[in-house]
Amino acid sequence: MTPLENRPSPLVVAHRLSKRFANDVEALVGIDLDISRGEFVSIVGPSGCGKSTLLRLIAGLTSPSSGSLTIDELPPVKARRQRQELAYVFQEATLLPWRTVAGNVLLPLELRHQRDPAIVDRILELVGLADFARAYPRQLSGGMRMRVSIARALVTRPDLLLLDEPFGALDEITRQRLNEELLRLWEEERWTGVFVTHNVYEAVFLSQRVLVMSARPGSLLADIAVPFVHPREPDLRTTPEFNRIAEEVSHQLLSSHIS
Amino acid sequence: MNRLLSLFLTSILPPLLFFILLLLLWHLGVVVFDIKPFLLPGPLRVARAIVDHFPALLYAAGLTGLGALAGFLLSFVAGFLIALLFSQSKIIARSLYPYAIFLQTVPVVAIAPLIILWIGHGFQGVVAVSFIISLFPIIANTTSGLTSIDPNLLDLFAMNNASRWQVVRKLRIPSAVPAMFTGAKISSGLSVIGAIVGEFFAGYGTDDFGLGYLIILTNGQAKTDYLFACILFCTLLGLTVFTSISLLSSFLLVRWHGGEE
Repeated sequence: MTPLENRPSPLVVAHRLSKRFANDVEALVGIDLDISRGEFVSIVGPSGCGKSTLLRLIAGLTSPSSGSLTIDELPPVKARRQRQELAYVFQEATLLPWRTVAGNVLLPLELRHQRDPAIVDRILELVGLADFARAYPRQLSGGMRMRVSIARALVTRPDLLLLDEPFGALDEITRQRLNEELLRLWEEERWTGVFVTHNVYEAVFLSQRVLVMSARPGSLLADIAVPFVHPREPDLRTTPEFNRIAEEVSHQLLSSHIS
Repeated sequence: MNRLLSLFLTSILPPLLFFILLLLLWHLGVVVFDIKPFLLPGPLRVARAIVDHFPALLYAAGLTGLGALAGFLLSFVAGFLIALLFSQSKIIARSLYPYAIFLQTVPVVAIAPLIILWIGHGFQGVVAVSFIISLFPIIANTTSGLTSIDPNLLDLFAMNNASRWQVVRKLRIPSAVPAMFTGAKISSGLSVIGAIVGEFFAGYGTDDFGLGYLIILTNGQAKTDYLFACILFCTLLGLTVFTSISLLSSFLLVRWHGGEE
């Protein structure tokens, strides 16, 4: 494979990727995927279609049954151990209740033996939690806890950020606000983002590309480009063009349900 | 002030009144049926015995408490280390867990004489019996705390390429703290029972004795009022130990639960 001119080299490449669980449930079949460095891609699909499994495969938290998957030309586990910073944001905030906000954000650095409180302060500033550094997770709202979770993922300056329906449990207003903040963070730092959701508007608003998955066993149905320029403003969501693309994604998503 | 008053009226006054009623019935029963003091001494006689033997009772309770505390602390440390081993190796856990359960099911009263025979009479024997009876709840609760970890948190540590030791130190042990305290609460009560049972068999010298030895002694001499006083002190000792551990746990677990449990 020779990288094409003027095109960023692919970071995540999947070829005929399939995953069958031990209980013989077929989660994913024949996924071909190509995510470039610095790209923000969303994956939408019906519940149980295996989109989270796909994310876990990319993270190296589970291994494929067949096909290949590489990050920077290495298997995911090797890539994250050797040369790529990967970070994962879970559906729930997944914080350590006995640590303060700052302590939780510091954790990934601590595990790498590079405690640097200055980086933590900077990142908390970035997600608007500077005043809550010494609070405990139970003292925060759901939206704030998710901000902490995102701050923790960004503290290592990841090359690849994997987000698994991080805003699914939040109310609509909080979700929209966090979408805007996530977008701003990406526009500033340009890590590669893979965002799993079943919310079409969220996917279109955030991404440069939306991948639509079929119901189980999951496969890729459509790859829809979202050509809006960055920085994107919140009122992008009310433009006809935005709604046309959201409409298209919805249409593909609905067709996936018929099968 | 009003709240304190209503708390007093609803939660403290009723059991207190019942207690006074009980003492009254006890006293009347003993007087009316003319029960021999060596069979059932009246409350006044028991109170008299407490006053007369107060220094001896306090000293005995202190000694028993010390034995229980030593047994409890040993079981806490040993139980924690065993649980850590269990959490790190499924094979070791599977091979040894049945024996841990065996330790729990064999009545400590039955093996206490044997333990005393091996360990020797005196304080160390008492500590050993107390240790053995309090060990299992610590092992069981700590093992469950160390192994039932939120899978997402394990994934988080894996994503950060954490070493096994880092997972133990920064995730498993802190996660297990509430469970460890649950075990400690159960064990703290048991450790007092263990120390008393230990003293039944181990005893001490004639000048140096704990509540268990005093119970055997006063029972043998038919000093039933003194025996009642001993039983009361055993209860108070158990209550003190249990309450201290509970207070310590709710104080330390604020970071885990936010105070409430």
